[in-house]
Order: sequence, then C-alpha cells, then structure tokens
Amino acid sequence: MFRSNVLVCGGTGCTSSNSEQIIEKLNEEIKAQGLDKEVNVIRTGCFGLCALGPIMVVYPEGAFYSRVTPEDVPEIVSEHLLKGRIVTRLLYQETVVDENTTKSLNETTFYAKQMRIALRNCGVINPEVIDEYIAQDGYAALGKVLTEMTPQQVIDTMLASGLRGRGGAGFPTGLKWKFAAANQADQKYACCNADEGDPGAFMDRSVLEGDPHSVLEAMAIAGYAIGASQGYIYIRAEYPIAVKRLQIAIDQAREYGLLGKNIFDSGFDFDIDIRLGAGAFVCGEETALMTSIEGKRGEPRVRPPFPALKGLFGKPTVLNNVETYANIPQIILKGADWFKSIGTEKSPGTKVFALGGKITNTGLVEVPMGTTLREVVEDIGGGVPGGHTFKAAQTGGPSGGCIPASLIDTPIDYDNLIAIGSMMGSGGLIVMDETTCMVDIAKFFLEFTVDESCGKCTPCRVGTKRLLEILDKITSGKGTLEDIDKLEELCYYIKENSLCGLGQTAPNPVLSTLKYFRDEYVAHVTEHRCPAGACKALTNFHIEAEKCKGCTLCARNCPVGAISGKVKEPHVIDTSKCIKCGVCMEKCKFQAVVKK
Amino acid sequence: MQKRISTLPFHDTPEQARKLEEVIASLQGQAGAVMPALHQAQDIYGYLPMEVQKKIADGLGVSLEEVYGVSTFYSQFSLTPKGRNHISVCLGTACYVKGSDKVLDRIVEKLHIQPEECTEDGLFSLTACRCIGACGLAPVMMINEDVYGRLAPEDVDGILEKYAE
Repeated sequence: MFRSNVLVCGGTGCTSSNSEQIIEKLNEEIKAQGLDKEVNVIRTGCFGLCALGPIMVVYPEGAFYSRVTPEDVPEIVSEHLLKGRIVTRLLYQETVVDENTTKSLNETTFYAKQMRIALRNCGVINPEVIDEYIAQDGYAALGKVLTEMTPQQVIDTMLASGLRGRGGAGFPTGLKWKFAAANQADQKYACCNADEGDPGAFMDRSVLEGDPHSVLEAMAIAGYAIGASQGYIYIRAEYPIAVKRLQIAIDQAREYGLLGKNIFDSGFDFDIDIRLGAGAFVCGEETALMTSIEGKRGEPRVRPPFPALKGLFGKPTVLNNVETYANIPQIILKGADWFKSIGTEKSPGTKVFALGGKITNTGLVEVPMGTTLREVVEDIGGGVPGGHTFKAAQTGGPSGGCIPASLIDTPIDYDNLIAIGSMMGSGGLIVMDETTCMVDIAKFFLEFTVDESCGKCTPCRVGTKRLLEILDKITSGKGTLEDIDKLEELCYYIKENSLCGLGQTAPNPVLSTLKYFRDEYVAHVTEHRCPAGACKALTNFHIEAEKCKGCTLCARNCPVGAISGKVKEPHVIDTSKCIKCGVCMEKCKFQAVVKK
Repeated sequence: MQKRISTLPFHDTPEQARKLEEVIASLQGQAGAVMPALHQAQDIYGYLPMEVQKKIADGLGVSLEEVYGVSTFYSQFSLTPKGRNHISVCLGTACYVKGSDKVLDRIVEKLHIQPEECTEDGLFSLTACRCIGACGLAPVMMINEDVYGRLAPEDVDGILEKYAE
C-alpha cells in the first residue's frame, strides 16, 4: 500500500509542456528521499483543464498543482510528500481557501457544473494498466452482456437509452445496431471512428489516451449485439500517444482473455485491430473511412446501400465514434432509465466539448445536454480573457456554424444547434471576441474544406473553390453586394447536391455568419472596411500625432522602413510601403499606433 | 491539397532497401496493405520517393497508379524530403483565432520558404498542419518532436536560432 498517490497528466497538452520530464524528476527525487515504497507516481490521461497544464494531483489530500515545472518538483517532494505541508504557492489558486484549507476539485467553477460519464476515468486511472480499469467496474458491462443478456436485449437497452452518435450527426446508436443485426452475413464488423478531424476538437483523443479500455469494452459489446467477430479502430496517425496506449490496451485485454476467442467462456469471439489514418478530413465520413481501411483513397460511396447492409469489405458494419462507445459500458451497468434521466428529452446524456480560442480555461469539459452556452463559456470556461467581449462561439468545426452573443442562452443539444444554423459536430467549441472577423473565419473554414474536399463530386470540388474565391474577393475589399447574393445562392446549391456530409455541410460556416453577421460582409463590400480590423487588405496602420512621443521604437522595429520621423517628434507611416505586420503597434508603449 | 513532388535524385542505403523489402514481404497478400506499406516506407525514408512507390506497387501486385493515388490523397504522406529540422505550424481553429497565421508569416519571412518546402541547405522544412491537439497551448508549433506553445511572432527568431547549427 502506498501512503500517497501522485497523479501527473500524460495527455498530449501536458506532455507538450514537459509533463514527462516532471514524472522523471519526481521519480528521481522520491527515490533520493527514500520514499519510493510510500509514494506512487501515476501517469494518467487528461484532466481537462489544459490551460493550467502541466497538472499534478496528490492524493489523499487532493492537492491540485497547476503549471508545474521540473524545477518545482524538489520542493513538492521535500515539503509535501516528505513533511506533509502542501505547497500552497503552486496550487491552482481557485482551490486555495486560505493558508491551511483547500477546496476539492469538484467544488471549483471549472468542475462544479460538469458531469463525467465519457471522461469518468480520464485523469483518474493509469491508462496503461488494465487492472486499474477493472477496479473501476471495467469489463463488468461486457461480462453482464455476455452472461445475462441476449443480443436483442442489448439492442433494446441501447434503443431505450436514446443514446445518439457523438461524432456529429446524432443518429440513434441503438437503431444503427438494430439494422446491422438484422442483416445476415458470414462476417460482420464493429468499428470505431477515431479519425478526429475537426481542427480544435480533441475529446476522442483524450478518451483514448486516458481510458482506452472503455472503448475496447464497448466495441466488444457492439460486436456481440450485431454478431460481429472483428473490430477495427481507425485512428489518426497524428495521435502517437493514443495509438501507443490503444495498442497496450489491446494486448492486455487479449492476455486477460477479454478479447479473442470464447470471451467469459460464453462462446463469443471478438478481436480488434488498429488501422492508421493518414490525415484526410473526409475519412471521418463513414463510407470514406471504410474505403480507407480497405487501403484505398478515402473517397465516400453513394448511400444506400448503408454500411449496416454493405460496409467494410462489403459486409454489414457498425461504425460508432469514440465518445459514443465510452458511454456504453455505463449505460449497460446503470440502465437506460438512468441515462435518460440526464440531459434533455431528445438528447439524453452528456456531451464533451473542447473549449478553445479566446477563453480563459481552455480544455475539455463534459456537461449534461441542455446546459446553456453561457454556462459553458462564462462559468466553466471563465469567460473571455484580456478585457475583450464575447462575440460568437463556433461549434461543429468546418461543418458547423457561429453562434452569436445574442443566442448565448441557448440550451445546447443536437436539435437546438441545428435550429440556429450550427451543429453539434464532434464537440469543438471555439470562442471568438470582437477582434475576430467573421468573414475571415468563414474564409478560414472554406480554405480547409477546399484542401480537404476529396474531389469525387463536382458540387463540392468546384463549388467550395468558387465560394473561397468570392470570400477572398470580399476580404480584399473588391467584393460587390451582388457577390454576397451569389455566395448565398451557391451555398444552397452545394448543400443540396454534394455526395457526402463534407460537401453538404461545407457551406455552413458561410451561411451562419451571413445569417448573424451580414452587416460585417456589407461593411467589407460597401465601406471597404473590416469592422474587426482583422482583414489585412482593409486595414491601415496610422500613428496618432498627439500620442506619439517620438521615441523611434516603431521606426527601428519596422521591417520595411515605412516609418519616418525625427526624435521627440511625431512619426508617420508611409502606407504605400507598409506591409501591415503590426510590429509597430505591438512595440509602441504609448498606444499611439491604431488600425483604421 | 496540391502535393509537391521531389525532383532531387534518389539514393538509398542497403539497410533502407532491406527494411523496405521486409515490410513488403510482411504485407503481401493482405487486404488493404497499401496504406500500412506507405506508412512504414515513410518511416524508413522520411518521405516517399517515386522509386519506393514503384517497389511497393510491384511487391504488392497493384498498379503504380493505385499506390500513387493513395500517396497523394493523404496529407500525412510526403513526396518531398524533409529538412534536418521539420517545423509544423498549427493552423487549426483554436490556434488560428489566436494568431498562428502571423507566426507562420514570420517563419516564411525568416527562412524564405513557403509551406511544404525545404531550405536549400536542408536545415529546415516547413509545413502548416491542422491541429496537433494541444489547443490549450495555442498558438502552437512543433519543431521535430519539440512543442512550442503560447507563441508570439517575435518568439520565432530566437527559437529558430536554437536549431541553426
């Protein structure tokens, strides 16, 4: 038995800010102090509060250390672990009540409104040790399914729970399983979509890094329900830590007989293999993903036939997203009624969001469906930093849209987001402030879809390119009012005529910004002005003579020599030479440089 | 995405050639073998020269057209060699709204290369990537395995200098 457990986040965010070095240093120091029989260091998955990484939590006290550096480690070991004095200075300040008292993590505003089902084990267990997962009721759901339930009962439970696909479209999971189960074939497949392609979304990666067994267990349950003996996890090669932990998890599950032949002596066989993606956004679309597992160019196929009838290698296939799977063992153990009691009537359960952009607490949060955007952004997210104001939140990635500040009290669920012109998507939630130009954001997403369009169907391949050209024209100040109308018309054409979800949703960023921020488009066109001051072609830098002290700092830093003036006299920017890099504005100590 | 194709002459070591043969032999006859073969070949060579793609096609009994179709479809596969130091600047949404485009501009200006290019001395290559998942640290760039977060354009010069020998 260890006296103390030290949990260090080994997710991608914290690893990127040196958590591996912290773990090494911890082990060294603990050994040097002779505590290695008393203190256990555990590398866990993501805690969610990435903004404060690297994160370290010491139990039994529950002391939450944030932004730890390797240099802090000796102090933590000698003070806290050896002498029992918490190093208050390094704690997450919100958990500090006074010098001698700390709050538990669950009482902080970041965690208080959260409810963790999919992320229940992330930041709690060591993902590389199967016994820790089993100690948290892991594989109990698979045991229950194989020994007490028929495949039909499993499907009925899923249907009754109302669980909807967390990958974006929100299709009822039970229905998917029911269709695949009904089709007879010599071979069926239960697959997992871990090709998290939306830029700014990283919940699936965190589940795989922090709790890989929950996905394996759920895939085996799906296999049993539909009659599949083989599963594939299609995961991005850009997620090396997740791939490694998944492979460890698969090997351990095989060793324990939880994957492979005759699981739980029930006669049920199921095994899982990993297939690496190679960076193609379209492969998040189910038919494209299956074509890619087959080793080909990941182009989507025409549906019908749907994958439940003809999927991978032409066989009936169920494909669910990582977060969807992570919910399933809990639903089996606690029952459909428990799950339905959380969230809203049509969207039961919770949803994980990746908070990013102009927000204080960037990171991962899991909230019950129906939580308002305001609660997520202001309470959990801590609001917009730097005295800026909330302008919009973007959900659904390149397929979604922007939600303006006026709709911040919308309860988030699948249907509400669709109704206001956005979508759930995989759960990326990017916050924007008044310095973000909405036309520029629409252009940003279109650049992405133009890059990622697979080229198979014309509306998407050619249409998105034309959309981008019009947006380019508008942001460089050459657009006309007629262009805005053309833009809108083309959007609807692409939505109606594209082959797969990528093309059908690609115009959403344009349509939603047109709907809520049309005045910004018009300002670009009629006044040749970018209200947010973000579009370079429409912004000019100018020095306000009355504020300029003539310190020459701007002139010395200007890379193109566009600023002239004598010492202690107001300086002037030559706009014909200026490349609008903004260095002068950053350097000026008197706020004399302004954008116009 | 438009792929740039290397015009540099291809050289491989006997060691590399042997490893590639092993990879091909281990995948022969498997369904869906082209992608795993390309992944592993890229690990061996750092990129996918046309000569290597031809060997994979011959070895797996598929046409070069099919292999080429796959290698040009996915952004992970590179048809140009990488520099000794590979820079990828994240242009994912979270990084973009926090100004990663300006970080990229600064690197382009400093190294005189565009994304997907390599400097003449082979010291640096540059790419713009979509989200490495470290959104909490935005804006982010990676040089080789090192991640640099919470960047400002003026940080670029100092960071590049560390790699410039």
